[in-house]
Amino acid sequence: MEEKLTLFKNRKRFGIEKNIDIIFKNTALVLSSFVAIILLGIILVVFFQSFESFSRYGLKFLVTSEWNPVKDEYGAFTAIYGTLVTSFLSLLITIPLGVGTAIFITEDFVPKVFREIIGSFVELLAAIPSVVLGLWAIFVMEPFFRAFFVFLHNFFGWIPLFSTEPTGRNSLLAILILVVMLLPIVTSIARDSLNQVPKKLRNAAYGIGASRWKTIFSVILPAALSGIMAGVLLALGRAMGETMAVTMIIGNSNAFSWSLLSPGYTISSMLANQFGEADGSQVSSLFYAAFVLMILSLVVNIFAQWLVKKFSLKY
Amino acid sequence: MNSLYYQKRLSRNIGDKFFTSLSIICALIAILPLIFLVTYILYKGGSQITPELFTLEPNPPGDDLDAGGINPALIGTLIITTIASIIAIPVGVGGGIYLAEYSKGGAFSRFIRFGVNVLAGVPSIIAGVFIYALIVSTKILFGSMYSGLAGGMALSILMLPTVIKTTDEGLKLVPNELRYASLGVGASMYTTILKVTLPSAFRSIATGVVLGIARAAGETAPLIFTALFSYYYITGFGDLFYEMGSLAVLIYNFALEPYDAQNKLAWAASFILVLSILSVNIFSRILAAFTEKTKRV
Repeated sequence: MEEKLTLFKNRKRFGIEKNIDIIFKNTALVLSSFVAIILLGIILVVFFQSFESFSRYGLKFLVTSEWNPVKDEYGAFTAIYGTLVTSFLSLLITIPLGVGTAIFITEDFVPKVFREIIGSFVELLAAIPSVVLGLWAIFVMEPFFRAFFVFLHNFFGWIPLFSTEPTGRNSLLAILILVVMLLPIVTSIARDSLNQVPKKLRNAAYGIGASRWKTIFSVILPAALSGIMAGVLLALGRAMGETMAVTMIIGNSNAFSWSLLSPGYTISSMLANQFGEADGSQVSSLFYAAFVLMILSLVVNIFAQWLVKKFSLKY
Repeated sequence: MNSLYYQKRLSRNIGDKFFTSLSIICALIAILPLIFLVTYILYKGGSQITPELFTLEPNPPGDDLDAGGINPALIGTLIITTIASIIAIPVGVGGGIYLAEYSKGGAFSRFIRFGVNVLAGVPSIIAGVFIYALIVSTKILFGSMYSGLAGGMALSILMLPTVIKTTDEGLKLVPNELRYASLGVGASMYTTILKVTLPSAFRSIATGVVLGIARAAGETAPLIFTALFSYYYITGFGDLFYEMGSLAVLIYNFALEPYDAQNKLAWAASFILVLSILSVNIFSRILAAFTEKTKRV
């Protein structure tokens, strides 16, 4: 009896071990809540820093395009317009290209080895730093497209989008470099969601006599649509926040113009350009612009997550 | 009888051919920029590589034809990325452990997972703006303003979501039988995690973390007004509290200079940056493919 009792006593955990266990768990808990703290911190800090500018200009900041540190007048319309135009137009070009590439990778047009090589090539494109893409855009892409832009202006100059004489860096180049950056995102997410469509659906469609592309358009793409949409929204968020490549190629001019062939501005390029040297109420106005950018990308990202949850495949 | 044979002229077959070629064209357009880009950087940057590049300071633009080297920027990138890793990896792995091992899918863990995804989507320049407001403009770090330390902190914000996600997903893939077995023989929770589940998920976590570090090494936007740039050698520990150069910011600054010598230096820095990032990516890809194969057997 005595012996059994000691055995039982020894089987209890030591106090220290128990404490370590509790400490370990709580440390992990604290570390995981860091994410929430940082996220809230970012939102609060940017909001409070922009408060001065916010109370002075209110929502007028969003629709005026005066940006004059000398007269202390600030409005971010040009930058906001530039952000939206470059991101949406680049997405418009990227979606067909990316989805087309994803279909090419998931169908069996060429042997699997080649498709895998192309797939990983496209993913490697995502790993190239955006500042290097900007360097490439300045020295390779801009000279390459110059003749094409002159042609665009000469023949389509009556369209407001091409109404200015192309002189070096401009918004259209920023759109093109964004396409290069977004392609890997859209392609890899579209490929993953196309791969997740069950084989049964394809076999059923083939079985009732549908051709390959009839199957793709009527069965496979609709089934993968939610995933593709989420990928597109993620790419949109990335395009809005993309800084370096765009800053280097867009020309950084606050003069508003409808033309894509004239230099432009985005919120992030404005931040990159002016933040270092700004002082006084300009800093607050820049924080206001940063706040607008953050809200835009938060809305897009949250909507993307909601879309994934709401419409994820249920086969 | 005819209907049993493939008929080229049928509209469905013509349509199929058309769309097939369209998707092939899409794939070509998607990979052409990469091939152009990588070959151009390797050709243009590779031709600038000299031994002095790795040992000299860059000369301030404009005063002479010789641009010097990129030694401070190279060391600076290593230091800033290391600082970011030192902050982000423990926090991220710890947070991932909580999400995967302790949380029971309640409101808190769902909120954190949601927050991780949102934080991953925050534009990188916002991380820089945040650190500027929090650390640079307040001079909270012993009175220093722009510093390598602040730059590392900004980068760690970008790395954190990646590290948490890969830890969380890596741990979730570990079969529950391993946990039951460990707890069943009397191991405590922390022993189970540290000795059983973390080691068996180590490879997938390490792959994700390394990819995250590689991505952070090329980030520029968070650094341009936190770490700023410096032309001078990094000589000691105290330099952490002063402006610090990095390859990414060097490329940005020197690409916009009108001088050819500085532009060439930017290409050389791009060569080193791209080569190291791509080789890390390819290596971890091969490693991941290799582990997948061994698991299946």
